[in-house]
Amino acid sequence: MVVVDEQGKILDFCQSDTGFDPITGANRILAEVPHDQIMATGYGRGLFETAFDDAQTITEIKAHARGCISFFPGVTTILDIGGQDSKAIALNGRGRVKKFEMNDRCAAGTGKFLEIMARNLGFSIDEFGLAALGAENDLSINSMCTVFAESEVTSLIAKGADRKEIARGLHLSVVKRAAGMINRVSSLGPIVFSGGVANNPCIIELISQKLGREVLVPETPQMMGALGAALILAEK
Amino acid sequence: MGEFKISSEYDSMWNMLGLNLDSHDALLEVLGKGYADIYLSQKGRPEGMGYFDFVMSEVHGLRIKELVDEKEQGKKIVGSYCVFVPEEIVLAANATLVGLCSGADFALEAVEKYLPRNTCALIKSAFGFKLGQVCPYLETADMVVGENTCDGKKKAYESLGTLMDNLYVMDLPQVKSGQGRDLLRSEYDRFRLAVEELTGVVITPASLKQAISIVNAKRGALHRLATLRQADPVVISGLDGLLANQVSFYDNPERFIGSVHKLCDELEKRIQSNQGILSEKRPRILISGCPMAVPNWKLPWIIETSGAVIVGEESCVGERGARNLTNDAGTTMDELMDAITDRYFKVDCAIFTPNRERLDHIQEMVKNYQADGVIHYGLQFCQPYTMEAIPVETALEEANIPCLRIETDYGMEDVGQLKTRIQAFLEMLG
Repeated sequence: MVVVDEQGKILDFCQSDTGFDPITGANRILAEVPHDQIMATGYGRGLFETAFDDAQTITEIKAHARGCISFFPGVTTILDIGGQDSKAIALNGRGRVKKFEMNDRCAAGTGKFLEIMARNLGFSIDEFGLAALGAENDLSINSMCTVFAESEVTSLIAKGADRKEIARGLHLSVVKRAAGMINRVSSLGPIVFSGGVANNPCIIELISQKLGREVLVPETPQMMGALGAALILAEK
Repeated sequence: MGEFKISSEYDSMWNMLGLNLDSHDALLEVLGKGYADIYLSQKGRPEGMGYFDFVMSEVHGLRIKELVDEKEQGKKIVGSYCVFVPEEIVLAANATLVGLCSGADFALEAVEKYLPRNTCALIKSAFGFKLGQVCPYLETADMVVGENTCDGKKKAYESLGTLMDNLYVMDLPQVKSGQGRDLLRSEYDRFRLAVEELTGVVITPASLKQAISIVNAKRGALHRLATLRQADPVVISGLDGLLANQVSFYDNPERFIGSVHKLCDELEKRIQSNQGILSEKRPRILISGCPMAVPNWKLPWIIETSGAVIVGEESCVGERGARNLTNDAGTTMDELMDAITDRYFKVDCAIFTPNRERLDHIQEMVKNYQADGVIHYGLQFCQPYTMEAIPVETALEEANIPCLRIETDYGMEDVGQLKTRIQAFLEMLG
């Protein structure tokens, strides 16, 4: 959740798990912050619209685009990797969405994949990226599917493979999928990276290496969707 | 709008046809609810759509009774899965052609004993309706015509042939060459002989000409409706336009033609008095790609409840299928068969290679229908259309026409994901 004033200045933000009762959770957060209007985005936006009479909605594609532009005006490529989906968005030079691609049908290449793999290897999600960066050699993970990758990791551990190298291989899997998506929408220019996974230093490094393009990360990247939605509402 | 119920008081007739009554009841219930939710919730529909609501309420009732009565009079019923099967030839033998719909998942577990899971939903549906014994059109048909169009259908008909003893498979060319055209003509001649044998009726130039004029009249009615959808303001929804196209495949031709013209008269009046169905301006969308057979309304429903309106379909259930009349100037059998062949040879389905004319037609439709964007619809596992989707998107991008590629099946699990993509696309157009 992000609160902005009429000029688009960020007044407040916070983040919490959706849980199994998102409306109650949302109510709790909203009770803490004074606000005049609400714009909801993300998977639950339809649910939100039904529960809150005066709420408006916008897709996360447009929202992420607007959020990222506020930090990097003139950006033409955005990569968003969240907990459950990933998307690549191409903008024209003037901030309008031109083309986009999404993976929202399976966990491969998303934060969920990394979360599960980190747990399997005994890393916290914060340590995982750093551990992967610290690997000395590359190791390839063949399975894209989270479930099969888990089995593959178990086999690798049993064979005595280095934990950090496995971690790096898993990060590379995510990057390969992201790179494929980015290439299908845009081939040039710096990439603004948003979503929770943009906090992961190894992913940032590997994307930059793989595509040979600069990767720019805004402050609190997981906030870009909510920020964009708030800014769009403020501008109406 | 009142309660909508699909007529279900035909148990003895359905029993006679060999339907599984319990499964069939369940199907009608789901179908009726789906139709009410999707169609009857629309606001400001033209009154002329009342005819189509009626047809849908009697989809397995009155229409089937008509076909059963025709059979009792000695007429034959021919079922078809593809627009390449010439209705002209069937009508000329005093028989009735019905399009066999395959627009919903049914009996999937049974289907997967015959077909791989990774088969397009349209093909699996055809099997499902047969295995589930829930389609009275299938059971009424004296001949069911399959066609060698895509690989999926080609191989599927081999298995379908083991489930019915009246399957006739038509071969089709893959290339629009002289040889391809000759193959189509010879397959149409072979089909003509098979229909004559089935019906005991000899097809003459006179009966063929008469048949051509009926089918042309049906096409003419659909063209008139399509032209009225080019107007701004929009006077009929895409869902309703699609339904009229879907019903054209199995309704009584003369009655259908009359009802469409009545609807068109009403739409013309609305256009003249600037009385559109939308309260605000909405993006105009052209759908292009795989056909949407009854009762597949999923994508148009998502698009039109997301704030857009569909103004045309570049699809076999739509302009690709209904386009072009058959030239009826000929006087000999040979001339008329050539005219029929030439007409059908122009259909630019993705099973043909190359298929550049389709790219031109899509762009022509964008212009004619003043579309703001194109949504390309490919069924999952449909190689011809999902592969053509990429050059279509590229060509449209080069022409600065926004395009969104959608790949999906008949299930409802991905409705949320589709809504996100479609809403984002509409935001792009806004």
